[in-house]
Amino acid sequence: MTRDGRGPAAPRAPRAEPPVVRTYLLLAWTWLRASAQYPVSLVMMVLGSFAVNALDVAAIWIIFRHTDSLGGFGLAEVMFLYGTAGMSFALADMLFGNVDRLSHHIRSGSFDTMLIRPASAFVQTATDRFSVHRFGRLAQSAVVLGIALPRLDLPWERAWAVPLMIACGVVIFAAIFTLGGALQFLLTDAPEVANAFTYGGSSLTQYPFSVYGEQLVKGVTFIVPLAFVNWQPALYVLDRPDPLGLPYGLRFAAPLAALLLALAAALAWRAGIRRYRSTGS
Amino acid sequence: MIEVDRAGRSFTVGRGSARRTVHAVRDLSFTVGAGEFVGYLGPNGAGKSTTIKMLTGILAPTSGRLRVAGLDPTRRRTALARRIGVVFGQRTTLWWDLPLKDSFQLIRHLYKVDRMDFRRRLDELADLLDLGAFMDTPVRQLSLGQRMRGDVTAALLHDPAVLVLDEPTIGLDVVSKVAMRDFLRRLNAERGTTVLLTTHDLGDIEKLCRRVMLIDHGRLGFDGTLDDLRATAPDGESLEEVVARLYTGPPPEAPASP
Repeated sequence: MTRDGRGPAAPRAPRAEPPVVRTYLLLAWTWLRASAQYPVSLVMMVLGSFAVNALDVAAIWIIFRHTDSLGGFGLAEVMFLYGTAGMSFALADMLFGNVDRLSHHIRSGSFDTMLIRPASAFVQTATDRFSVHRFGRLAQSAVVLGIALPRLDLPWERAWAVPLMIACGVVIFAAIFTLGGALQFLLTDAPEVANAFTYGGSSLTQYPFSVYGEQLVKGVTFIVPLAFVNWQPALYVLDRPDPLGLPYGLRFAAPLAALLLALAAALAWRAGIRRYRSTGS
Repeated sequence: MIEVDRAGRSFTVGRGSARRTVHAVRDLSFTVGAGEFVGYLGPNGAGKSTTIKMLTGILAPTSGRLRVAGLDPTRRRTALARRIGVVFGQRTTLWWDLPLKDSFQLIRHLYKVDRMDFRRRLDELADLLDLGAFMDTPVRQLSLGQRMRGDVTAALLHDPAVLVLDEPTIGLDVVSKVAMRDFLRRLNAERGTTVLLTTHDLGDIEKLCRRVMLIDHGRLGFDGTLDDLRATAPDGESLEEVVARLYTGPPPEAPASP
């Protein structure tokens, strides 16, 4: 054994961290290959995910067999709301949803092993057990949106906002997942609190907010900014008046809301890592 | 290479009126020079793991400061990760469902190890640790001894200046233990890698460490050579007895435990 040219004490120039995206893809690909080690489980998960999501769409069809509109919105518009919220949530869940498994990693001690690697602990947690079943919900939302969009016949001067609203929705849901993860540094037994806002928020945003009570809508506009996932931007895209008469400018506030929430999430995650207590071994 | 200056770590446990502060490590100071091989001893709950976790950037100290390879572990965690290797005897850092060699490839990418350097080091380590027969086996199917050799290899592929070993021989059979010790001794002697080793196996200490540090109740109780350690006790006492005496309190006032 011979040591390389550099001595053990000579400080090497700190190399730039590998781009986070590259690390993400590398780890996600590794977990995908690992999941292929259990093919039966893989197939079952894909089928299960497909069945659950298909039932969701069936529910909307059933509602519209009994009524022409839902909260003042027609079938195509409801499918648009459902599809955009679904896409946002599915992408956020696919990319970052596993952050809510943090308390499991803390208890089992595997979070320690993530911290000794030269990669973001957030990326490692997010990619953990990355598996193809995460694509199921995304495909289903894309199909619903694909059906809704041609029926709406949106003018281009409004349609441009659709990708932007989906992107803002992804950021908002990802930030909520991250906040939920950060909370688990403090309360290792409380992932359910976060689920109320992530999975709960996903269900909430599937329908026009005009079906909900005013207090709830104000709450998810000004406190937990779920209204900006799709509701407020959609009012602009669909050129609808706000049923609650909230200020017109709010429909353009989604990027700001997403940015603020993402900032809060990043700070919370950092604070959480600083407070990390590990386990007693 | 390792500098610890009055480092402390306390935890708040319990709720309400039962709330109290536990000092896992308090006022701990020591330095380890480049190329040293140091054994870090202490009974369960003495603060060994907490120290290791502070040195590797897993836990932030609540007081004092630490520097490892010139870096503050908490602030420069990822930069430090490239310069140190860590092995936890009780848990693996390998990818459970992947063949061993895939874990190594992934580590090459994560640590950005040059392809040629990687090839050369892996060949060398695979030869020294005899990994050839199970390179293609998923980690979950490896025996404990095989997995530990894989973990040690994984910790060394990026040629770290410091290697931190937390109970690396726990659960190993005699043959694996001897092979592991032999490897670590050569690593330190020929490559100059600084090694900090925690263990409950005093055989590891006798065979490997020139210097021994002993921690109890979160404080450093002894820091010196193996011979100094033996000299604290009457002749004829085994190393086990010497250490057990130190664990129960400062010598010589404290009575030896039976």
